[in-house]
Amino acid sequence: MSTALNSKGSGASLTAEGLAVRLGGRSVLDGVGLAFRPGEVSAIVGPNGAGKSTLLGCLAGLRRPDAGEVRLDGAPIASLPSRERARRIGYLPQVPEIAWRLDVHTFVRLGRTAHRGVFGEDPGDAEAVNGALEATQMMAFSHRDVTTLSGGERARALIARALAGEPAWLLADEPLTGLDLSHQIDAGDLLRRVSRGGVGVVMSLHDLSFAARVADRVVLIADGRVLADGPAAQALPPSILARAYGVDARWVDGESGPLLDVLGRHGGGPHV
Amino acid sequence: MRPVRADLALDAALLVLLLTLSVASVVAGRVWTPLDALGGAGDPRWLIVTQLRIPRTILAIAVGAVLGLAGATLQGYTRNPLADPGVLGVSSMGALGAVLTIFFSLAVASPWLLPLFAMAGAALGVVLLVLVAAPAGEAVGFLLAGVILNTLASAGVALALSLAPNPWASSEITSWLMGSLADRSVLDVRLALPFMVVGAGVLLATGPALDALTLGETGARALGVSLRRTQAMIAVGVGLACGAAVAVTGVIGFVGLITPHLVRRLVGNQPSRLLAPSALAGACLLLAADILVRLTPGANEVHVGVAMAALGAPFFLVLLISMRRSLA
Repeated sequence: MSTALNSKGSGASLTAEGLAVRLGGRSVLDGVGLAFRPGEVSAIVGPNGAGKSTLLGCLAGLRRPDAGEVRLDGAPIASLPSRERARRIGYLPQVPEIAWRLDVHTFVRLGRTAHRGVFGEDPGDAEAVNGALEATQMMAFSHRDVTTLSGGERARALIARALAGEPAWLLADEPLTGLDLSHQIDAGDLLRRVSRGGVGVVMSLHDLSFAARVADRVVLIADGRVLADGPAAQALPPSILARAYGVDARWVDGESGPLLDVLGRHGGGPHV
Repeated sequence: MRPVRADLALDAALLVLLLTLSVASVVAGRVWTPLDALGGAGDPRWLIVTQLRIPRTILAIAVGAVLGLAGATLQGYTRNPLADPGVLGVSSMGALGAVLTIFFSLAVASPWLLPLFAMAGAALGVVLLVLVAAPAGEAVGFLLAGVILNTLASAGVALALSLAPNPWASSEITSWLMGSLADRSVLDVRLALPFMVVGAGVLLATGPALDALTLGETGARALGVSLRRTQAMIAVGVGLACGAAVAVTGVIGFVGLITPHLVRRLVGNQPSRLLAPSALAGACLLLAADILVRLTPGANEVHVGVAMAALGAPFFLVLLISMRRSLA
């Protein structure tokens, strides 16, 4: 709990400076600089192959950039012991693997791995696990086999697992992919509530309308660079969308907030 | 907590079974030696019990335990229910290491060289598997690499023993590739037991990392688990435990494959909780198989490795079929 509370202080920050990653001779990220704040939901968007997953991997300290640096509260993330890093950053991979038929409670408890000693139990274990199960409304499922859950329940179990570690930051790689509309809304609202509790949430998303709905801030990555950064409707004008996605689209006012009206493929003419 | 109490009950039940089998193991054989009939040191049956049956029983327990434990560890690490030191060629690599000391007549120099080479061979087997199959990260790749390693190492054992100036080559090959517990002495126990105990200790300590690996390698790394450290612990632990076991008994397959499946459901499928019961159940399984082998009529005793293979191969097949069904 202490980590999450501390993150509310003004000092908490997750920053990337001049990140560059090359994979197989191709530049995936090229000079990405970003700063994230606690209590905020940031959506990383961009076309396929733009480098969203690579960026999240770097931010989570799981991938070393070829150049540049990620800093967690001012300290280079590469210099942190892996357990210390794991206590402060929760990470949800794009393709979650669940190898064994664990019950939900045991599965969520895996999130406490970095808090536990070699043999001993962590005294905060039970409280943190129950808290995570309650926050995700998974308490009633705690004895269910996690591999037989429906898509929406499974997404909540995965988020609960990350929350059980009481991280200051939650990085999620496309957490809403494969969910139907109602479960997307549930999971999105859940992540928003988590951020309001002081956790900095950074997730990659595909659906721009949904990004506008869920995120306080949208970061558009294209060709390995940050093309836009800010509230969706302001940061992503038609000219930027045409450049990044090659589509003609504009924001319209919906009752729920800004919605993206996609007109079609960009005509191939000069950028607007 | 509830799971802890349930695990203790399971461990206790397995321990009771193991003790019962141990008594049977001391009593049973070609010469029936009921405990109450044993006289003092003058009784010839006393020699049978202290010089043959007790060392044999201890070895069966220790070897069965480390094979069960190694199987549970490898299955947890690879997230593959078909992993086993025998199937993956780790045991054969141990046998190859041991046989090389025979081929180069090194075993004469020191009795420790043979087990040391066996342990080095088994550890090298794990390292090769990790190097070849881990980058792909796929369970099937791991298994295929293991099958290839097993074939190569078994061929190496057969070749070394055939070329060695050894008139009993064919029987030696059989005894290394189809292990046996017959006629082992106190010396064998003293040679192998310490390494098996240390190796088992290292493997038991991998529990939390195996649990985290339920989430895959990226998931485990995100939880702060060092994959390299885990791989090193498994290579050292399996190398010490299985290498030492192979050095005194030869390759006994399928114990590590079958055992985890017998107890997995009882511990909620959690890899760390599977370790201790797998060791106990492995000891029970091998000891029971060894008692049966001793009681089978015939001029020569059947190798317990042969018996395990006869039992294990059909089990492997059933497992494959049920896996294919659950994937379909």
